[in-house]
Amino acid sequence: MNLDAILLSLKLAGIVSVVLLVIALPLAYWLAFTKWRGKFLLESAVALPLVLPPTVIGFYALIAMGPRGPLGKVWQSLFGRSLAFTFAGLVLASLLYSFPFAVQPLVASFESLDRRLLDASAVLGAGRLRTFTRVIVPLSWPGLVTAAVLSFAHTLGEFGVVLMVGGNLPGVTRTASIDIYDRVQALDYNGAHQMALLLLMIAFAVLSIVYGVNRRVWSPWTAR
Amino acid sequence: MLNVQIRKRLQATDSPAFSLDVTETFAPGFTVLFGPSGAGKSTLLDCIAGLLVPDEGHISLDGEALFDAERGLSVPASQRKTAYVFQSLALFPHLSAEENVAYGLSGVSATERTERITGILSTFHIEGMRKRKPRELSGGEKQRVALARSLVTRPRVLLLDEPLTGLDSGLRQSILQDLREWNAANRIPIVYVTHNREEVDAIGERVVALSDGRVRESGLPRNVLDAPRAAELAQAAGFENLLWARVTEHREKDGVMHVELAGAKCGLEVPLGSVRPGQEVQVAIRAGDILLATEAPRALSARNLLPGIVESLETMGALVVVEVRAGVRFTVHVTSGAARSLQLAPGREVWVVLKTYSCHIVTRQ
Repeated sequence: MNLDAILLSLKLAGIVSVVLLVIALPLAYWLAFTKWRGKFLLESAVALPLVLPPTVIGFYALIAMGPRGPLGKVWQSLFGRSLAFTFAGLVLASLLYSFPFAVQPLVASFESLDRRLLDASAVLGAGRLRTFTRVIVPLSWPGLVTAAVLSFAHTLGEFGVVLMVGGNLPGVTRTASIDIYDRVQALDYNGAHQMALLLLMIAFAVLSIVYGVNRRVWSPWTAR
Repeated sequence: MLNVQIRKRLQATDSPAFSLDVTETFAPGFTVLFGPSGAGKSTLLDCIAGLLVPDEGHISLDGEALFDAERGLSVPASQRKTAYVFQSLALFPHLSAEENVAYGLSGVSATERTERITGILSTFHIEGMRKRKPRELSGGEKQRVALARSLVTRPRVLLLDEPLTGLDSGLRQSILQDLREWNAANRIPIVYVTHNREEVDAIGERVVALSDGRVRESGLPRNVLDAPRAAELAQAAGFENLLWARVTEHREKDGVMHVELAGAKCGLEVPLGSVRPGQEVQVAIRAGDILLATEAPRALSARNLLPGIVESLETMGALVVVEVRAGVRFTVHVTSGAARSLQLAPGREVWVVLKTYSCHIVTRQ
């Protein structure tokens, strides 16, 4: 078994899901509560990675990160090296790829909140930030867990995007799914089996968490 | 003193456009806001609290503007120092009773916070509930926690949207008593929305009757609710019989007029109103104000006697609801003892007896 590839995948997925939560929380708040009529445009943009082939995302990401692409140029001038085929580049592309998996559960859970609780918070003198941290976030924690876990699991399984922007550099961009592909190409079915089974088990465990939380099996304050 | 003069149009996709147009002054003490559902009561409270922004007009509290459309001023809900107890109560489900009560005290020093919380919990008799989550509280306890949470902030206006719905009468009286005591010590305007006649009588101060977004009447409960002038209010105030009729004759020296009930050849004597002969009106009569007799009564002060036939009986607790057809259909409430001794049953011939002053003329608005 290629432990390096597994660890790299876990590291990538972990970083991506944490960064995504930070970006998705304010965006989801805005999407859930804005009265702007054009918000459907932004909703469509957020959902794009769900329907685009990963190779298309990877292709555009690669062009943007290349030495002549906008992202690549900025990165080059900031850090003095190229962005494509690095771990940082992989993180950026994965953020794009898993974006809807973080935003959509949060929007759904914010939208399902009882608006009168938010009204009550406002009338009791709380500003928006306090209402967000004291009422919205604690009551939306199944949505938070779902968002974090789904973006983690989705990033863990990505293949096309990694292949396009990451290449296949051992320890840098060779993730578990790429490693499996390599082994199958090399007719190492045994090794591919071990890796595949491990990914399968991780995926199952992670989805169990999502469904358990949303069925309120472990919810601390909702008696069912 | 709370002054409100606002207009607000609400455009919902699934219902016709609704507009609220209210000019009203709320003095310190209780004002009951009464009206059928959909009258705009909650919309009015939302505008006062700053949760909805009116289209026109102004709202001021003790001379200080909270909203002024012309100046483009609207103080945010979080800075209005109003307290609002919602119909759903909206207790925070993830916080204990004490944490709920403490929620509005973030700007207060720790010592004072403890002091105020202890004080309000004891006023509302919920000291023992401190650590409980809302789901572990009974209906009445939840209502007390919601009141305590609102009042502990020392608001300048208190808005109550049917806060005691669903409680039994004893519990309602006891919470109202606590609220009355609190109000005696803190004279602020309290706007109290209710459908419940018993609560109106218990509070007993001013009533503002709202229907279809407009203030129809205001004054003492017995003037507004016992003689409603608008049909929608009569229905909301619990007049079970609302009959269409046409005015046939004025008898000014007796202070009465005669009407003929629509769809029937029978007439009624009703109090004189400002409706001219020939005009259509509605007559509102409480089911409990109608008498039934099994023989034609003689030598009686009541002026309206209508022969009829019992159509159906339905027992509701100690009360029997009798439907009688006497030209038109009347709903009559009698006690179960009366129903027994008169041997009321479907098909039985009865006399419907109505006092002139039990008939209230209302107009459709």
